[in-house]
Order: sequence, then structure tokens, then C-alpha cells
Amino acid sequence: MAFVKFIVDGKECMSEEGKQLVEAAKENNIYIPTLCNYPGIPPKGSCRICTVLISGRPATACTTKVTEGMDIQSAVPELESFRKSVVEILFAEGNHFCPSCEKSGNCELQALGYKYTMMVPDFPYMFPKREVEAWHPKLLKDHNRCILCKRCIRGIHNNDGKTLFAYGKRGDKLLINIDPETSKDISDELAQQAMDMCPVGAIIRKEKGFAVPIGRRKYDKMPIGSDVEE
Amino acid sequence: MAKKIIATASLSGCFGCHMSFLDIDAKILDLIELVEFNKSPIDDIKKFTKQCDIGLIEGGCCNDENVHNLLDFRKNCKVLVSVGECAIMGGLPALRNMVPLQECLEEAYLNGPTVRDCNENKIIPNDPELPKILNKVYPCHEIVKIDYFLPGCPPTAELIWNALVTLATGAELKLPYESVRFD
Repeated sequence: MAFVKFIVDGKECMSEEGKQLVEAAKENNIYIPTLCNYPGIPPKGSCRICTVLISGRPATACTTKVTEGMDIQSAVPELESFRKSVVEILFAEGNHFCPSCEKSGNCELQALGYKYTMMVPDFPYMFPKREVEAWHPKLLKDHNRCILCKRCIRGIHNNDGKTLFAYGKRGDKLLINIDPETSKDISDELAQQAMDMCPVGAIIRKEKGFAVPIGRRKYDKMPIGSDVEE
Repeated sequence: MAKKIIATASLSGCFGCHMSFLDIDAKILDLIELVEFNKSPIDDIKKFTKQCDIGLIEGGCCNDENVHNLLDFRKNCKVLVSVGECAIMGGLPALRNMVPLQECLEEAYLNGPTVRDCNENKIIPNDPELPKILNKVYPCHEIVKIDYFLPGCPPTAELIWNALVTLATGAELKLPYESVRFD
């Protein structure tokens, strides 16, 4: 296994060659924010929030593999302001009613809003008309909150290896559907896994909610990424 | 230094933000050293009696009365602050934004299970005295220019206090991580 040296924001780092840049940075206690990326599943590079500058050129850190001598800029004002805008766009584009969401406090989109001290999105709210699919036996799919990151499609499979989720429609009507057949008799563990993998509150496990009280939720006390940073 | 003058209003909100404001507890004694209240539910002054420095707006705009009220605040306050999720994005009242107004009113007054059998004349309230409902619930900054935003449902007392002290004294704004919340 070959090790390579690379630089992030002037800090010399070391990791295995060919490792995902997000993961390689994490090993060196550097947090690069992600939304569509999830450890252990193939990266997609759709949300662009992990954009870094490699030798001055923008690239997504989740789809880029680390090589010898890479010179990376991440926590620079230009990129941080760009990342804040991505979060703001996502808040304005969907219907994100944090006060009434079960995922509030454990939501990665919300946590990034906190990280960037987003007081209000800089974009006009769109209030699109979206459906809530509450008829699935194990899961609830709220299209109002979905940010189309595709984590669930890439990461959640039943015992036969079949995916439970799939894209439907196109363009601005794009949505993620739950397959009623494969999802109807999934285990509670898999339902929980699907809910945990969703960065927002678009996939909710039914019959169990608000288990963790306010004040003890994931991002109540510590900002997202603080477990990675020194 | 002259005391800053504050006005507050609850538009399409639940008064929760005002309640959270009162959660500053004993600091309210420090507050009255810093500011003087004008039009506000807190002192029950109904109309502006002078030009104010700071206006705190709770709730979004769901009817024409809210809009008039907000325009009045903009005219009479030097600095206007959106306080809470409803003022910032419409909040829970804005859940109706995805439903056409006609359908909303019909469900509320004609077809809903609790009104279906008792609204014999099939009337949707239309008295001219009633404020006219808007086609959707609007965040305050889509109606007038808003200078600052305090998120939260409600914003924590700590956040409201820190923001008020900053606005009244010009001190640097303190924003501890736990004080900024969207829920």
C-alpha cells in the first residue's frame, strides 16, 4: 500500500494513494463538508458542497482520489461562501419546515445551516407542491424535504440485494420513489438504516419518532464536523 | 446615552417568540435601563406615538392586516428585525402555501369533518370587517426590507437578548453555537 503526501490549506497530510479526498482529509483531522456523500457507498458528486480547489481548480472532494503532492484549498472564504449558498439554495428550493420535522436536530442540511450561521436563505422561497407518501407500511417518504442526494438509492438494499429506492420523473419534477414491493416487508433495522442515511427528513421510519429529546440530538451541542477536527 | 425605542408585533405567529423574549427573565430589568417600549403587546400601546429605533416582527404575513401592520412598522422603525421561523419563512402557517387558497377555505369551512354538518348555509366567512386572507403566507422580507433575522421556533431568549443588546449599544454580536436554532 503506497502512501502519498498532500497539502490541505497549508497543512501537510498523509494518506493511502487513491483514497477519496474527503476520507483522506478526515484521517488528517480536516473536515470537508458533505451532503450527498456517505462513507462506504459509491460517491456521486451531486450536491457540490464538498467542492475544493486543487491547484486552483474546483473539484468535488468526494469523487476525487488523492494523489502525491496534491495542493488543496478547502476552508477558504471563497469556498465557504459558496457552500453557504448551496445550503441556502436547498432550503429555498424545497419545503423545509424545521419546527415540524422529526429529523430536526439530527439533520445534516440543518447542521450545515448552523455551521454557516445561516439566518435566512438569500434566495426567494419556492414553496413547490410536493407529495407526502405515508402509505408505505414501514417508511414515510416526504418529497417536500428530499434534496435528491441519492444516498438511499446507492446505499439501501434488501436481503436479495435489490434497491428499495429509484428516481422517478425528470427535470424539476425529479423525485425519489420507494418501491412498494421490495419495501413492504423490510426489517426495522433496515428502515432505521434508511432513515439514518437520509441527510434530511425525507425518509422517516414509521411507528417510532422523536426518540431522542431536544438537547441530546446529534447537532444540538456540537457543530457538524467537530468530531473530525482537532 | 438616550434610550433606544423598541416596538414589537406578532403578525401571523403564535406569540411564542414574545414568550421566548420574556424568557430573558430578570434581565428584563436590565432591558428597561437600555430601551423604552413603544407600540407593543408587552405594554399594550396600540399605535405608534413616536419614531422607533428597533422593530421586532414575529410571524409572517397571511392577510392584508398583517401587510398594513408590517408597512406601518417599516415606516416607523429605523431597524426592522424578523424574529422566528414564521417571520423568516412563513413557518407553520405557510404549510398552506402548497394548497390553492380556494381548496384551503373549502376544507376549513365547508368540507372538513368538524364543519361539514354544521355549516348549513355553506358560508365561507366574508364579513367586510374581517381581514382578507392572502393567496399564500409571505415571509416578511418579501413584503418590506428587513434588516436582521433571528431564526428559531422560537429563537432562544439568549439570541434575542444578545441581538437586542447589540442593537441598543452597538456591542459586538455574540452568537454561541447553541443559541442559533431553526426549531
